[in-house]
Parts: sequence; C-alpha cells; structure tokens
Amino acid sequence: MNERLASAWRLLPNYLGQHVLLSASALALGVLISLPLAVAASRNPRLRWIALLSAGLIQTIPSLALLALFYPLLLALSALSRDLFGAGFSALGFLPSLLALTLYSMLPILRNATTGILGVDPAVVEAARGVGMTDRQRLFMVELPLAAPVIMAGVRTAAVWTIGTATLSTPVGQTSLGDYIFSGLQTEDWVLVLFGCAAAAGLALIVDQLLGLIESGAALRDRRRIVGGGLGLVVGTALALAPLAAGGGTGERVVVGAKNFSEQYILASLMSDRLRAAGFNVSEKDDLGSAVAYQAVASGEVDTYVDYSGTLWTNVLKRTDNPPRKLLLAQLTDALKVRDGVVVLGPLGFENAYALAMRRDEANKLGIHSIANLAQHAPDLTLGSDLEFLSRPEWAALKGAYGLNFKAEKRYQPTFMYKAVTGGEADVISAFSSDGRIVADDLVVLSDPRQAIPPYDAVILLSPRRSADPSFVAALRPLIGAIPVEAMRKANLSVDRDQDKQTPAQAAQDLAKAISLAPH
Amino acid sequence: MAQPMIELQDVAKSFDGGTSEAVAGVSLAVAEGEFIALVGGSGSGKTTTLKMINGLIAPTRGRIRIAGEAVGAAEPHLLRRRIGYVFQEVGLFPHLSVAENIGITPKLMGEPKAAIEARVTELLDLVSLPRDYAARRPAALSGGQRQRVGVARALAAHPKLMLMDEPFGALDPVTRDALGGDYRDLHRRLGLTTLMVTHDITEAVLLADRVVVMDKGRVRAEGKPAELLASPDAEVRALMETPRRQADRVRARLEPAS
Repeated sequence: MNERLASAWRLLPNYLGQHVLLSASALALGVLISLPLAVAASRNPRLRWIALLSAGLIQTIPSLALLALFYPLLLALSALSRDLFGAGFSALGFLPSLLALTLYSMLPILRNATTGILGVDPAVVEAARGVGMTDRQRLFMVELPLAAPVIMAGVRTAAVWTIGTATLSTPVGQTSLGDYIFSGLQTEDWVLVLFGCAAAAGLALIVDQLLGLIESGAALRDRRRIVGGGLGLVVGTALALAPLAAGGGTGERVVVGAKNFSEQYILASLMSDRLRAAGFNVSEKDDLGSAVAYQAVASGEVDTYVDYSGTLWTNVLKRTDNPPRKLLLAQLTDALKVRDGVVVLGPLGFENAYALAMRRDEANKLGIHSIANLAQHAPDLTLGSDLEFLSRPEWAALKGAYGLNFKAEKRYQPTFMYKAVTGGEADVISAFSSDGRIVADDLVVLSDPRQAIPPYDAVILLSPRRSADPSFVAALRPLIGAIPVEAMRKANLSVDRDQDKQTPAQAAQDLAKAISLAPH
Repeated sequence: MAQPMIELQDVAKSFDGGTSEAVAGVSLAVAEGEFIALVGGSGSGKTTTLKMINGLIAPTRGRIRIAGEAVGAAEPHLLRRRIGYVFQEVGLFPHLSVAENIGITPKLMGEPKAAIEARVTELLDLVSLPRDYAARRPAALSGGQRQRVGVARALAAHPKLMLMDEPFGALDPVTRDALGGDYRDLHRRLGLTTLMVTHDITEAVLLADRVVVMDKGRVRAEGKPAELLASPDAEVRALMETPRRQADRVRARLEPAS
C-alpha cells in the first residue's frame, strides 16, 4: 500500500504538469475563440442562433467520444499534410485532446459572454453612443467591463469542465491525472483511482476559487481581487509546469506504448526498464485503445508496444481465415512489414487469447467442457464480455462457428467482468488466457474444438523508424521467447489481486528476475 | 434669420419596414441661442426626432443640417461629440466614477488628463454639485444628482447644441423645478442652443422661448407660448391652457369660496 501510494506521488509532478498544460491551453484557446465569437453573436441574431446551437450540440457529444473522434480526423489530416508538405504531425496525445477540450470549453463562455453583453442596460448602451463612442470604444469601455462578471462566471464553469474532462484524454495517449484513474480501474487499485480523482478535483477547486476571486473582483470593481486571482493562476500554472520544463534527462527519447490492461502495463514497464538500461530516455503512453495503439506504432508516435497476433490478424488485416499458429505469425509478420513498415520483432513466448470461461462448479453442474457443449445451454445463460469483445470480428467468427445465442450479453471493464462471473451476474465470460484471475477465481476455460478463436501470441511491435536502430532492437530482443505463460499469469495476478497488490513497475521487476534475464 | 443651428426638411422615419411611421415629415428650423421645447403626447415622434438630429436614429427620408452641415456626411460619432445629449434615463456608466462619467467625451477626443480634471471641477461647480462627489459612483447619488451629472457630462466638450430628452421627467417636482431653472440659467450664460423634449407643458412654458407641438409624427403647431395660447387650433389651445386650468383648480381647492 505504501509503495503504491509512494509511486503515485512520484508520478504526480508529470501527470499534474501535463494536465495543467492541457487544460490551460484548451481554456485559453476556448476564451480566445469564444469571446470574439460572442461579441459578433451579440451583434447578429442569426449568428447568435447558429453559434449557440453548434456549441450546444458539441456539448451533447459524450466527451470521451469527442476526444476519440479527433484521433482519426487528425490522422487523416496528418497523412494529407505529409503528402502535401512532406511533414506530418502527431495525431495522438496533446493535439486531439486540446481540440476536443477547446470545443468543449466554448459553450459556457460563448453563452455567458453573449448574455452578458446583451444584458447591459440599453440606456447605458445608448448613452455610450450618445457621448460619441465608436462601436469599438463602446465594446471595450462599456459593454465588456459591465459584462465582465457574467463572462468570468462562464470562464469559471468552462475551467471546471475542462479540468474534469481532461482526465478522459488518457485513452488517446495524452498523459493526464486520468492516467491514475484508468490504470487504477484496470488493476483494481482503488487507492490509485481515488488519488487521481482527488488530484483532479483539488485542481478544479483551486482554479475555481481563483477564478471566483477574479469574478467577484470584476463585479465589485475591486482591482486587488482581480490582481490576486490572476497572480494566483499565473504562479500556480508556472509551478505546475516547472517539472515539465526541467524534466528530460539524457539519451534519445523513445516512447513505449501500452493498451489498457495490467499485462500491458507490466510488459511496457519491463521494456522501458531495459531501454533505460540501454541509455534511452523513455516515456510511457499507457491506456491506448487497441486501434489507436497500432496506428500509433505505424505512424511512429509510439516506438514499440506489445500486441497479440490474433488481434492484429483479424482487426488490422481484417482476415477471417484461421491458419495454424506458426503460419499465422509468419504471414502476419510479412503483411505488417509490407503494408505499414511495422516490424514484428517476435513472440514473447506466451499467448493471451480470448477464451470463454465459466465458474468450475457451474460448468460441472451443467456438464459443459467445450464451447460446443456451451452452445446447447447458451439460451439460458448470460455472457459477460470486456468492452470491445462483442464488437470484434473474433466474436462474430465464434458465434457463427458454434451457433452461440445467449440469453443476454453484458459489457464490463475487465476487472468487473471477473467480478461478474464470480458473483453469478454472468455465467460465461470472455476471459484472457494469460490472466492470473482464471486460476485464482477457479474458472475453467472451455475448449475450442472447431478452432474458431485465432492464436494470440504476444508479440513486440516496432515502429518503422525504430526497427532500424540496432541498440534499440538489441535491448528488446532478449525478451523474445523468454516469458512463459505461467510467469505472465503470476505477474498479472500480483497486480490484479485484492490483497497485497503490486504496482505494474514492481511486477515488471519481479518478472524480469523470475525469467532470469541476463542484464543487457 | 441667419443660418439656423438646426434645420430639418421633411424628415421622416418609419419602423418595421415602413408599416408604421413614427415621424411623418417634420420641417423645423432652430436659430442659434434659441431654447425650444418639443411637446406632445406619447408616440407623437418627439424622441425619434431628437435622436435623428444627432444620428442615433437614421431618417428614412428628408435632410437634417446642423450649423449648415448635413448629418450623415461625417462619421456619426464625431458629430455626437460636438452635441450635448441628456437622456431621460440618464444612462450614467455605472462602472465609472462621477468624474470619469463627466470627462468621457473629452477623453474620447484625446484631451490631456490635466485639462479633463480641471474641466470636471468646473462642471461640478456649474451644475451645483460638491467637488468631492467626483470620486463617487453613480449608484451612490440621488436621482437629481445623477441628472446633474448627466447635464455636466453633456456639457463637457463645450457643445454649442444641447439635445435633452425628458431630462427631468423622472424627478420629484421640487428637484425638477430647481434643475429646470438652473439649466435655463446655464443655457443663457453659455450661449447654448437647446432642444428639449418634454411632456410637461408648464416646464415648456417656463423654460422655452418657442414651443413646438407634435402630433402623430407631424408638427401641429409652433410659436411662442403666448402665440400658441391664441392658436386657431382648439386642441393646441386646450393643451397650452392646461397649466392655467390646473392652477385655477388648485387655487379653487386651496381657497374655498368665501
């Protein structure tokens, strides 16, 4: 527990700095766009209608979806710019997060600023014209100062929203305080989740109070409050950003990616340790979505990460045939190299396959040993899956091969999926074969006699550029074929279990010792 | 008559795309130094006429000249800086001090700070407000004091022409009487030309050299108060006799028949 909390503290300067950088930039950009737009909208009823409606519509898009939508959009734009100007830009991380949060911050600022300007006493506005002010003078000397408290209230709402929503930028590869929450959720580390929530809420509270000071200063025309609030914001932002500017370290910068579950965190940590030992300046991007992770390594935004042969086969190559394990790996290696220049360095030595699993007692009671048996009982049973399995081609193939038709299908975070099957909420789950919880929860994995589920060898992928770097490749090559499934299960369980939890970094160190890798 | 200070030739204004005509062709000439009261019922077009003179409202037809210069030829804000305008609702800037309110037009014209400060003090004296009111906010003043600030603000840039829209309409009768008299003095001392909209005939008779009666967007009658009392138009006569009739009734009630 203490080690977990201590490691959370160690990450805070980086997470907080990134979070502040992202939210402050988005808010600044939001104000910069919304204020002139609000001024124009207050002068033109038709523009006002369009602007407020669009901002309102954007607000109805779930924030996670808005963040996710910018990734493919920017990826396409980046490819276009590479074609046109010979240089692309990173479609992952900061940029999509910034754009989504900026859009998100606009509604309250736009609405309050428009209302504030329109709400200025018409007699005062007419007097401003009457004493000989130009339109611009009237705006800056009368309307904006009088609308300032209402505008500041809008900025304040936008700031709190932006800081809260910024925690959702983790899955598109932007480090934020959300990293605590997403990682904690995956590893059932509630201390970590709480830590992330408290940090984000604390930040939002402080910013809200400082902006509130400015707001009341604007309303009471008290310059000290405005200056005090502004100074607090500037100093606070500078302090939060200082670790980012100071950070760095030596060596070439490389990025290790990880998808959003414990095994991925552990393997990313393992690879990072080895790359660091080889003199690289490593940063990790955790909690990437499956499709995002592959696109990121293909475009070079991530230098390496671990994926699974079956996943790449069906989701990236869109193949529906199911060749034997070795052949699939060989064909996959060729196809990814030709198509995207992505290099499959090799398999780590274990599989993490999708596997249908049940509680042992229930399987025995019903006499289910294979998926073929399961098909007969399926109409009375509930299937629990992770968030993506039911949308993946593997599930379609499995369903078709056995004619599976469940009474109900429910989606869970992987952590809650295991809870659901042990608690009886689900009868069958789409478990992961390398997951330590299969043994720990006493689940049986149903056999797949028709081989409808493809093999899922864990493989290290390298970005096109990094695959030509001999010292990088040399640092990772000893991992090939070195991790047996038992060792991986044990490491996974040490992170996922409820008692005596370890951090992924600790688990990675123990795993390195267990498979006795000679220090490189 | 020499060149008039204000000259309106068949000026009209329609709103709502021409369906309603607030001002339906007004012609009027105001000589320099004159004090004109524009009277008439609600909706007779008094205020619209006044606002067209300093370009707050653009006429739909007709020509307006101020000291021979066509309104609309120059930038409207430059014209407005040369004309003092006092609003019915005063419209003081609530976020500025009394001094900042009074000094606003000179500031817009880029006058030096020291000159503005001296002018503000001079104007506070002129409208009989204590000098230490300079730092107060409008919210801390009484209605009459606010209207005095409004008059001072309108006078700040040494205008020759003052347009006043029901300037004392919202004040209690005592304050109203005092302010009206004070302003009449200022008008004479500063050699101003004043066009004042009012619905109060007593005020019009007591302050103005000449009264213009408006009705349904047109000038129904104009002349010295005494002339209008002898108008062939019975309604105009009735209107102008209102103060006297009221005074008679007041006397009758206060001095019961002996």
